[in-house]
Amino acid sequence: MPNRPPADIAPSEITPRALFNRRREFLQLSTGIALSGIIPAAEAKLGPGKPSPYSTTETPTPLKHITGYNNFYEFGSDKEDPAQYAHTLRTRPWSVSIEGLVKRPKTLGIEDILRLAPLEERIYRLRCVEGWSMVIPWLGFPLSSLLKQVEPLGNAKYVEFITAVQEDTMPGIKSRVLDWPYTEGLRLDEAMHPLSIMAVGLYGEVLPNQNGAPLRLVVPWKYGFKSGKSIVRIRFTELEPRTTWMNAAPREYGFYSNVNPEVDHPRWSQGSERRIGEFLKRKTLMFNGYADQVAQLYSGMDLRKKF
Amino acid sequence: MNPAWLKPPVFIASLLPLAWYLWGVQADTLGANPIEAVTRGLGTWALNFLLITLTITPLRKYSGWAWLVRLRRMLGLFAFFYVVLHLTTYLWLDQFFDWMAIAKDILKRPFITVGMTAFFLLLPLALTSNNAALRKLGGRRWQKLHRSVYVIAMLAVLHYFWMVKADATKPLIYAVLLFMLLGVRILWRIQERRRQQAGSYSPKPPQRVIPLTVKR
Repeated sequence: MPNRPPADIAPSEITPRALFNRRREFLQLSTGIALSGIIPAAEAKLGPGKPSPYSTTETPTPLKHITGYNNFYEFGSDKEDPAQYAHTLRTRPWSVSIEGLVKRPKTLGIEDILRLAPLEERIYRLRCVEGWSMVIPWLGFPLSSLLKQVEPLGNAKYVEFITAVQEDTMPGIKSRVLDWPYTEGLRLDEAMHPLSIMAVGLYGEVLPNQNGAPLRLVVPWKYGFKSGKSIVRIRFTELEPRTTWMNAAPREYGFYSNVNPEVDHPRWSQGSERRIGEFLKRKTLMFNGYADQVAQLYSGMDLRKKF
Repeated sequence: MNPAWLKPPVFIASLLPLAWYLWGVQADTLGANPIEAVTRGLGTWALNFLLITLTITPLRKYSGWAWLVRLRRMLGLFAFFYVVLHLTTYLWLDQFFDWMAIAKDILKRPFITVGMTAFFLLLPLALTSNNAALRKLGGRRWQKLHRSVYVIAMLAVLHYFWMVKADATKPLIYAVLLFMLLGVRILWRIQERRRQQAGSYSPKPPQRVIPLTVKR
C-alpha cells in the first residue's frame, strides 16, 4: 500500500488543490499591500478620516449597494459587472503622472500620493446621469493638494484625467463600447475647487476595485461619469479636452455635465432621481445640492448651451 | 400531437418570469435598484414573448408540427400581459401617475413615444384575440389587422435601442433575431409570388386562419 497517505493526516486537513494553488496569489497580494507600508495587511482600514464641513448629514447608502451597482465600463456595461470582474484589477504598483502645461512634470507613486494630505471623510451625494443617486462616505483629500505638486503654468486652463487600461484584467476593453482610455476633464477652477477630491477609500476602508481603486476623482456637483476611476495620468491643457462621453454621443454629453434638473438628457428627464434604497423618486437639485458652493463658477454662462 | 395537455405547462412556464421578479422583490435579490430591474425585466420579457410568438409560424412550417399554432394565441397574449405590466411599472413606479409628466414624457422622449405607440397598436390585437372577434371580423380582415404585429415588434426593438446609454449589444441581438423572423416571411412571399407566376400556384388560404379557432 505504498500509495496511501500516512494515517495521521485526516483527509479533511488536506488543503484542496484549488485553494493550495491560490496560496501564492494570496501571499503576493498580502505582501504587496503590507510593503506599501500604509495599509495593514490584515485589514484594509484607512479611515475614519477627518470629518469635513462639506459632508452631508443624509444617511449614506448601504455599502453593498455602493459596491454592487456600478458603472465601470472597462469591466462590462451591466451594473453588476464591475463587482464581479474588478477583483482582478492590479492596483499595485500604481503611479500617476502629472504633465502637460506645468513647471515640473512629476510621476508620483500611490504611496507618496497617500501621504500628500491628511485623509478626510467626505459624505457626498452622487447623481448618475441615468437618473439614480446615492450618498457615499468617501475617504480622500482635496484634488488641489495633488495638482499643486506640479505648479501649473499660466496658460493652463483645463485638466484632463486619463484612466487605466489593463487589457488582461478588464474584459470590457475588448468591447469597444467607448474609446479607451476613459478620459474626463475639468476646468482648472473646477478642479481646484475645495469640493473636488481624489478618493482613495469609502466607508473608512480602502477603495474597492469596482469603485475605482486605487484612486479616483469625485466631483459631487457633476454627473457621476465626470468622476473618472483608477486614474493614471493628469494633463494640464490650454484647450478644453475631448472627453470619452463627448466622443461617444456629443449631443447627449457635454463637457460641463453639471447636475441640472432643468436641462434634460435628450432621451430622458433629469428632473427627478431615484435614490438607491428609496421607493419614491426625489426632485433633483441644481448642482446636485451644491449650488451654494459652486454656482458662482458658472455665473454668466448659459447652462443650456454649456451642458 | 394533441396540444390540449401542452397548454397548461406552457401557461405556467410563461408565468415564471413574473414569479421570478415578484420573488426577487420579496427576497431582495434584484440588486441595488430593484424597481429598475423589474421595469426592464418585464419589458425584456414582453419582447421575448413577442419574438417567441413570431417564431411559431416558421417553426411550424419547418418542423411540420401543426399543433404549434394552437399555442400562438396564448403566447401572444402573454406578450401583451408583460407589456401591460411593463407599462404599469413605468406609470406607477417611475412616474407615480403624474399624468402631466407622463404626457410630456410621451411627446418629448422618442423611446417612450415609440414604446407607447407599440402598446396602442398591440391593444386591438389583444382585444380581437378571441374567437368571437375573429368570426365577426372574418379571417381575411382579422389576419390583415394582426399583421401589424410585425410593426409592433420593430417598434419594440427600436424602443429598446433608444433606451440604452451606450452598449447596444442586447438590443442588437433582438434586432438580428427579428430581422431573421421577418426576413423568412419576406422570403416566403417571394417564393409564393414566383410560384404564382410559374402558374403552379395552388391556393390554400384557409389553412392559415382556421387552426386559430379552438375546436370544441
